[in-house]
Amino acid sequence: MTTLRALDPNVLRLDAPVATEAITQKLREVVHQRMKRKGAVVGISGGIDSAVVTFLCARAFGPEYVHGVLMPERHSSADTLRLSRSVADGAGVRADVEEITGLLEAAGCYARQEEAVQRVVPEYGPGCRFKVVLPSVIDDDRYRVSSVVVAFPDGKEVTRRMPLDAYLQVVAATNFKQRCRTMLEYYHADRLNYAVAGTPNRLEYDQGFFVKGGDGLADVKPIAHLYKTQVYELAAYLGVPEQVRQRPPTTDTYSMPQGQDEFYFSLPYGKMDLCLFARDHGYSEAETAPTVGLTATQVGRVFRDIDGKRRTTRPLHLAAQLVEHVELVDP
Amino acid sequence: MQEIEAAVRQFIVKNFVMARSRGAIAGGDSLMEAGIVDSTGVLELTGFLEEEFEITVEDAELIPENLDSIDNIVGYVARKTGMS
Repeated sequence: MTTLRALDPNVLRLDAPVATEAITQKLREVVHQRMKRKGAVVGISGGIDSAVVTFLCARAFGPEYVHGVLMPERHSSADTLRLSRSVADGAGVRADVEEITGLLEAAGCYARQEEAVQRVVPEYGPGCRFKVVLPSVIDDDRYRVSSVVVAFPDGKEVTRRMPLDAYLQVVAATNFKQRCRTMLEYYHADRLNYAVAGTPNRLEYDQGFFVKGGDGLADVKPIAHLYKTQVYELAAYLGVPEQVRQRPPTTDTYSMPQGQDEFYFSLPYGKMDLCLFARDHGYSEAETAPTVGLTATQVGRVFRDIDGKRRTTRPLHLAAQLVEHVELVDP
Repeated sequence: MQEIEAAVRQFIVKNFVMARSRGAIAGGDSLMEAGIVDSTGVLELTGFLEEEFEITVEDAELIPENLDSIDNIVGYVARKTGMS
């Protein structure tokens, strides 16, 4: 008979002072010694990840060597700018506001998004809002195929499955947002002789929830090894403003509000973290299930979703591939 | 049935790069587990089936039992088109 080892719900508890010391030491090593840069630029979104990175950089380099960039656009939620400012003020760092709606209009971001949505929902028009959603992974074994939700001005909503061309066009057009933000982060980094600090957490980094050349591009990613639960723990230790710590994770990407768990991750972050840990540490579905409040069958579906995302998004992590090795550059 | 299988095989080999490099695909091979079809590929496959066989694939039908192998796809299309 096999003995089950229960997954400890506190397995991800963090020693925040020790973690902070390790991260700030690494930040100084990478930015000062390897990159010969004075400090770091951080794109501050009003979310927990960029807040923690801002506070960590302020500790590592001193607040005067950290520059925040706040980059709202037409679809950003109303409190994005206020929360972002509270992060910059709390960490004591300077910050510029770069409104990117004009840039995105010039690139055709919104027009290309709406044209694709209209192909799926021809009634889409002025005053409508939309978001892209995925069905829950835990309910059944259905393939998770994206649908567009359109909210009409009169409050009615329709949800329709997206054909491939429309889905890819919406994603491609939306990616302008992350890429415009990264472009501006590097503008400020270049003018200040700073590095760019990226803000992905472990869930995002591992599961490929980022845009290549967008939020996936940075010189250093100080929290990419931390589960989201640990990012929240660190946030409390570092003194990130309460209102930022209380805000539910959002994509802040489409014109309709959207939680990250209906767009990409299959569960709320606390359960998703534990499932990811369990998957990587050899816990079975039955051992994981009671801790995350799911059945073993449901955990199996989450595990398969984790594996599938890894397979699908691994190419996003690849550096540009060369035909021949170039010595001296890459010894 | 044979015509359905021929059309499905031709589509899979032509459209999915992993199918081209893999060589023979047995009728019962899992297309997902073999890395031939991913979540984007499901959308591509669905679009093909709807157009080629003039069927509507309902959300509830997007399941491995219908789409995860050539045999399953052929059986599904045959049921939908009344050929089984």
